[in-house]
Amino acid sequence: MKSRKIKEFVGFAVLRLATIVILSLLFIILCFVTVNGIKVVNWHFLTQMPRDGMTAGGILPAILGTFYLVVCAICFSLPLGVAAAIYLTEYAKQGKLIRVIRIGINNLAGVPSVVFGLFGLAVFVKFFGFGISILSGGLTLGILILPTIIRASEESLLVVPQSFREASLALGATKWQTIRKIVLPNSISGILTGSILGIGRAAGETAPILFTAVTFYTMKLPRSIFREVQALPYHIYALMTEGTHPEAQVPIAYGTALVLLFLVLGIDLIAIIIRNRFRRKKKW
Amino acid sequence: MKRERRENLIQKIFCLFSMLSILFLLGIVIVLFKEGLPIFRKISLVKFLSGRLWYPTYEPPDFGILPLLLGSLWVTLGALIIAVPLGVSAAIYISEAAQPRIKGLIKPVIELLAGIPSVVYGFFGMVIVAPWVQNFFGLPVGLNAFTASILLGIMAIPTITSISEDAISSVPKSFKEASYALGANRWETTVKITVPAAASGISTAIILGMGRAVGETMTVLMVAGGAAVIPRSIFRPVRTMTATIAAEMGETVVGGDHYHALFAIAIVLFMMTLVFNIIADLLAQRFRRRLR
Repeated sequence: MKSRKIKEFVGFAVLRLATIVILSLLFIILCFVTVNGIKVVNWHFLTQMPRDGMTAGGILPAILGTFYLVVCAICFSLPLGVAAAIYLTEYAKQGKLIRVIRIGINNLAGVPSVVFGLFGLAVFVKFFGFGISILSGGLTLGILILPTIIRASEESLLVVPQSFREASLALGATKWQTIRKIVLPNSISGILTGSILGIGRAAGETAPILFTAVTFYTMKLPRSIFREVQALPYHIYALMTEGTHPEAQVPIAYGTALVLLFLVLGIDLIAIIIRNRFRRKKKW
Repeated sequence: MKRERRENLIQKIFCLFSMLSILFLLGIVIVLFKEGLPIFRKISLVKFLSGRLWYPTYEPPDFGILPLLLGSLWVTLGALIIAVPLGVSAAIYISEAAQPRIKGLIKPVIELLAGIPSVVYGFFGMVIVAPWVQNFFGLPVGLNAFTASILLGIMAIPTITSISEDAISSVPKSFKEASYALGANRWETTVKITVPAAASGISTAIILGMGRAVGETMTVLMVAGGAAVIPRSIFRPVRTMTATIAAEMGETVVGGDHYHALFAIAIVLFMMTLVFNIIADLLAQRFRRRLR
């Protein structure tokens, strides 16, 4: 009798330990980046151009570059993704074809990001001739997060009860009026959450922009979307693997990592808060 | 009448948008094959997959991706050895033992772990984990398959934990109640009833975690060491398929053999993740059917 109790106690203790290990890993990574990064990050670091061959100065071009890339990505994939989700759930006849499309989209969400980079290189950089530019990189990131946005939007459209739509149609509303006034308002939180998570992902990705958008060394800010840019994630990679003054570059990499982490986790946190708040509010 | 025309137009616009999305996504597959298949005019598929030498810039070049395949395989296996016990244990703890308040706190935190960009993991690996591994094991280099495995393992944990947790939580209460009624305690119920009932769901989680590890690029590019040779020990530098593409694509001539070979590697990667996804899907379906 007693041995069963001991077994239970030990068993759950081991599980708790595993959980604690994972949480402390997260804590260690966050602490390490914060403690080392905070020494470097100040107002000048965020608002100045790099100097002396990337060994001094700030990271303004990288911050702006990531901002441009993300804006470009979301402008492209949000309308496309949400419209596709609306069509697939509200208009299309739910047959075999739609099921195949859905499976295809799901599978694309699991394709390695570097493969998206190759696609961007072959299509946007070379075929459309956009060159290595904000536009090419933004579109590549847009396509990378497109499956995520479609899937999140579809899921939140599907949980709106069918009776809501029927009630609206019964009152004489058209299909579009029903979607606009009933379905979308009730699913907006899920669509928003999915899109914000997409933004976070796009901001942190390096591999897709590696050969479509970024450059390590620029002296000026990009003046059009056809120019190449610096980006925060690539900046970290480049500082660690290129250049000849590691003792000067590593501290800048710490600072850049802190800025990137703050940005991406901040975006994710907003998404999680929105989701939890709306989940509590749901009436059905 | 006017209303009907407008409705029709709106439907057509949505149809067009969704076709465009699908076209782009389909385009990835088409482009991969269009740019990757030409290499097989130079070298047979079997030789490509089983060739032991990867010297794409030599004259004549060698396009054997076996070292890269093995590199990917090694670091992925290493990652799973770390991530599966930790990730699944945490999932069981969160769904079966944690109090609701703690559960509500831990779940978002683990999701945050998934949100850390891979380049930050790579950076962490280069400045902290690699020197530590090098000193601890007395190795000539810290950037090797072992270090990469540790980091990929940490990165795969959130995927494994959150999907496993969903699966374990969705085991019907009646299963557990029946077990308690027979006199089993909480631990016995968890180990003998709940976890076996969720086994196929947990397998889905593991396979998706595996997919994440295989496809991860920046971390392995930064910490795996980058030697394109068949690894003889886990403490040797390796180079994965993803890292090869990322490292070499910048130097290739568009339309050259090297360029096509890198796309062919991407086809192999794509196929692997496709197979993983299909297996995960099938397991997930079986899980749902069993619970019904």
